[in-house]
Amino acid sequence: MTTELITLQAGTRAAVAGFTGSQGFAWKLRTIGIREGKILTVVARHPFGGPVVVSVDGRAVTLGRGMARRVLVDVQA
Amino acid sequence: MKRIVLMGNPNVGKSGMFSRLTGAHVITSNYPGTTVDYSRGTMHIGGAATELVDAPGTYSLQPSNAAEEIAAEMVGTADLVINVVDATNLERNLFLTLEVLETGKPTIVALNLWDEAVHQGIDIDVGSLERLLGVPVVPTVGLSGQGISDLIGRLDEARPTSTVAPMDAEERWKTVGRITDAVQTITHRHPTFRDRLAEASVRPVSGLIIAIGVIAAAFWVVRLIGESLIQYIFEPLFELYTPFVLYLSDMLGPGLLHDILIGQITDGGIDYVESMGLLTTGLYVPFAMVLPYIVAFYLTLSIMEDSGYLPRLATLTDTFFHRLGMHGYGIIPLFLGLGCNVPGVLATRVLETRKQRFIAATLLGISIPCMAQIAMIVGVLGSFGMQYVAAVFLTLAIVYLTAGLVLNRFIGGECPEIFLEIPPYRMPGARFTLKKTWMRVRGFIMEAVPYLFLGILIVNLLYTAGILDALGTLLAPLMEGWLGLPAEATTALLVGILRKDLAVGMLVPLGMTPVQLVIAVTMLTMYFPCIATFAVLLRELGLRDMLLSAAVMTGTALLVGGLMHMVLAGFFGGGL
Ligand SMILES: Nc1nc2c(ncn2[C@@H]2O[C@H](COP(=O)(O)OP(=O)(O)O)[C@@H](O)[C@H]2O)c(=O)[nH]1
Ligand SMILES: [Mg+2]
Repeated sequence: MTTELITLQAGTRAAVAGFTGSQGFAWKLRTIGIREGKILTVVARHPFGGPVVVSVDGRAVTLGRGMARRVLVDVQA
Repeated sequence: MKRIVLMGNPNVGKSGMFSRLTGAHVITSNYPGTTVDYSRGTMHIGGAATELVDAPGTYSLQPSNAAEEIAAEMVGTADLVINVVDATNLERNLFLTLEVLETGKPTIVALNLWDEAVHQGIDIDVGSLERLLGVPVVPTVGLSGQGISDLIGRLDEARPTSTVAPMDAEERWKTVGRITDAVQTITHRHPTFRDRLAEASVRPVSGLIIAIGVIAAAFWVVRLIGESLIQYIFEPLFELYTPFVLYLSDMLGPGLLHDILIGQITDGGIDYVESMGLLTTGLYVPFAMVLPYIVAFYLTLSIMEDSGYLPRLATLTDTFFHRLGMHGYGIIPLFLGLGCNVPGVLATRVLETRKQRFIAATLLGISIPCMAQIAMIVGVLGSFGMQYVAAVFLTLAIVYLTAGLVLNRFIGGECPEIFLEIPPYRMPGARFTLKKTWMRVRGFIMEAVPYLFLGILIVNLLYTAGILDALGTLLAPLMEGWLGLPAEATTALLVGILRKDLAVGMLVPLGMTPVQLVIAVTMLTMYFPCIATFAVLLRELGLRDMLLSAAVMTGTALLVGGLMHMVLAGFFGGGL
């Protein structure tokens, strides 16, 4: 099921399915390593509108809430 | 002169390699965004001088921010590109590599962080990679220098690729995947303690506990090192120095020259803080009071930077900084500013928009005292009791918060969110850490001491000319009526524009109560930045925003000063 990254709890694994929003946004995420088909793990999800930390290929990336809302993922079993 | 450009993703060791190749010293740190500007140096290959440029890190040649734009421009000007690649993260790094190769520039690839790759069980077939990319590939370890001479030796083999043709992004991603699969073998290993620690330090609860521990430890270490240096090294040195000064004082006899060099001498002894001579206060303040804390602070900061902890702290504090119109990276200017406001202001460039940078710079100027000033505050107020020192810092913290909340509401513009790669934890190398600390300490000595001398000279001359008294009388209503300070404190506030540490020292002979001192040093921090900070603020913000920023600082200072006068007078009893 495709959902927004922001909805995932810490510890969840998911495959990147796509992006909503501008082309520039998708470009930025792809070049930092978050791109379609990659498996990511949610390391942390900060409360009170805080950022989300994901790990891709062993690298952690912090992204703001609004960005996490624009990353679409398929949750892995 | 031929020009070689170092290109690569952020935080892959470009600056480290630049230092190795040129012998020049540039700051390296374990977080993305250290090199916002680019540095240039000269290296000698086989006798010929070549210019080497350390470009800012970028993930792609299609830039998404200012630093990346500079990087992309640098490629165009290069005769030869050294593409520095993170061997532990080959796939992501290769995207930029292909873009560089597609420009047709002669290129050589440095497969850096090779030691970490080996450690992580990542094996890369260098020969195959070289064939697929069509340019030389050399494994390197920037930290130890391993492979660097190989790299230099093969520079003349650098050439435009013969195997990579220009392609679109989609195709490039596929090619990256294909190459990575062909050359890289990863032996899986179990998560280590370091991995677990890395995750724990970015999670909300465990992260906060770790952050409090780290900051408390840093604080404690700075104090311990600073106090020890003073007690065991600098105080004894000045005791040895005193007889010499007394002798010189006798030789000179009274007069203007005596006042300028030695200053006031109190019945046979020297009060190094109050005497106001170049050879007394002018040396004692920077070396015996400030330098020990500067050394302690920069050593601790360097370790924090190189370990990779700061991006984690940025992640943890993001929510907080967001309320103040910045994002988690606001912690970087704040930390650097605690050392000296000048690099602090420069570091506001890690933030993306005008609004964010304006807020970060203004808050820095208004409520972050530099280490020189902190050392003096602790030295001067600490003898009355730590609660007074605490009162200063508590007030400044409240001002930082309140001013941030207000500015966020009233300054227009965008507040982009945090977006940042967190580097792995690394053990800071002793050599690098010490060198970096030394560079910064030397910077302090070279820049602070001349200004301090100038300050003392000006004070002496103005005092002799009677100008200071006149100014004191002029501003007396404001100082006495509104802030509850003696009129003579005006002089110190003025000198604060040159050097705030000296200005704090100048408050001592005025015989103020501890509460008055608290108000005075808080004012001194807030009302206006020192001249060096002012200059970079002007450059970074532009004239209009600088004027706005200065107005905010002075306005807030007067408001807060008056409030402190009322509140503290009530709290500690009417007589201040
Ligand atoms: N283990 C290891 N660390 C390295 C190596 N090269 C650089 N570093 C560290 O990686 C971090 C980033 O280096 P820096 O030169 O600032 O990277 P830049 O952002 O690309 O300029 C610093 O903490 C360096 O000490 C290397 O080959 N091996
Ligand atoms: Mg750098």
